[in-house]
Amino acid sequence: MATELPVTLTPSRTTIPLRAAAPVAVVRGLTRSFGERRVLDGVDLEIGRGEFVALLGPSGSGKSTLLRVLAGLDPGAEGEVEVGGTAAVAFQEPRLVPWKRVLANVALGLRAPDPRAAALAALEEVGLGALRDAWPLTLSGGEAQRASLARALVREPGLLLLDEPFSALDALTRITIHRLVLDLWARHRPGILLVTHDVDEAMLLADRVLVLDGGAIAHESRIELPRPRHRDHPEIIALRSTLLDRLGVTPEGTA
Amino acid sequence: MPAPVVDVGVPQRAARTRSRVPLRSAAVWQRLVSPLVIVVVWQVAGTAGLLPEQLLASPVKVLTTAAGLVEEGVLPEAIAVSLQRAAIGFTLGAVAGVGLALVAGLSRIGENAVDPPLQMLRALPLFGLIPLFILWFGIGETPKVALVALGVAFPLYLNTFSGIRGVDGRLAEVARVLRLSRTETVTHIVLPGALAQTLVGLRQSLGVAWLALIVAEQINADAGLGHMINDAREFLRTDVIVVGLIVYAILGLLTDALVRLLERRALSWRQSFLSR
Repeated sequence: MATELPVTLTPSRTTIPLRAAAPVAVVRGLTRSFGERRVLDGVDLEIGRGEFVALLGPSGSGKSTLLRVLAGLDPGAEGEVEVGGTAAVAFQEPRLVPWKRVLANVALGLRAPDPRAAALAALEEVGLGALRDAWPLTLSGGEAQRASLARALVREPGLLLLDEPFSALDALTRITIHRLVLDLWARHRPGILLVTHDVDEAMLLADRVLVLDGGAIAHESRIELPRPRHRDHPEIIALRSTLLDRLGVTPEGTA
Repeated sequence: MPAPVVDVGVPQRAARTRSRVPLRSAAVWQRLVSPLVIVVVWQVAGTAGLLPEQLLASPVKVLTTAAGLVEEGVLPEAIAVSLQRAAIGFTLGAVAGVGLALVAGLSRIGENAVDPPLQMLRALPLFGLIPLFILWFGIGETPKVALVALGVAFPLYLNTFSGIRGVDGRLAEVARVLRLSRTETVTHIVLPGALAQTLVGLRQSLGVAWLALIVAEQINADAGLGHMINDAREFLRTDVIVVGLIVYAILGLLTDALVRLLERRALSWRQSFLSR
């Protein structure tokens, strides 16, 4: 079925020719154990400059662990990890510093000639300019996540790591923020690694969808469809069942 | 924009404020009745001779005595002396308590060096140290100030230390991801995060400070509120004793109100959330 579609299904662990010469992240033979449990077992991954990669996996598959390694938050991992340029992170919970107003949160630790001006520009970009003086605890979930995105993007990262940042948002807010992310990505072109458990989200946003299973990249699909993509596009429908199958979810009616 | 998490608190808050409005008007007056009755009964008992003045002076007598003490300058001077002791002792204790908490809170080596002896000292009863303090420092100002300082240091140390250690680990990760320096992490994340708990310690320590001062001033004071009260006891002047007690109480309430004001200012990021 997949053969007649421009969606290429590549077996795992092969080297993918990248669009740009130098990747922003290279991971080779990464392993990470917690006690007896080996969560990551020989992960190989490359993220090209400006490439949007989504990482799917059943819960407990080590998706977030891999992201934390790339973010430099996990010193216990073994293997080769190289991140070119800076990496920035937007976490699942926005993790704004509650005692700093929104603008100060975005400007926090920013090494720029005029951090406040740069932070304000970033806030305007995510549509939060009016809330620059608000306290984080007064923001809605979507607003806080926008502020978190602004705080990550204002650092002009080569690699933007998104750790399920949309999972706690309601469906309507999620649609808006998906558009915002694509918009920001088109303008700034960071390499993105989006960790998510939402198959549709991965397919609507990413150039490449990876499935992490058994501690390694078990599956990879490249999606060439132009954006905005639609859930009911035949390629998306086909890919959805492939990915769900890979994630161990049996399609309806066949169980 | 819909806000499923944050908005949940708002209706609750609104309900609480609504129930508070009638409390302000009617219930507050109701709550004033019983204290007033007590004062009136106290006065009547005094005037009728049921309550001898050697046991407890009547409210009117206490008030006129207070006015007299203010006029003679006795009370202002006593307050000034006591306030000075409290201020010096508090400052010394606060600097020591917060300083040691920073040393212990910001490094493992510091914790291992500072925390064990402080936990040992904490077990000692504060007022049980008075005999030793008198032997060490004599009966002048030093033992009084030292007792206040010691009483202040412990609540501030314990609360600041636990405040520092209680800072959300996820925010520490944010600091790392944002590549904050060690100093930036401490000033932007750790210390502001510990502030709420430190202020709890501050309120506790102010309570201890006044208590320590009152006890210390009972022993060999030649000036201050404690001296005034002790002197009055010699002459069975219960009116002066009551004036002294009320002044202590007012000073305690004032400093507590000051800290609460400080809390509102310093923790306005939390306040704005609650009062939204």
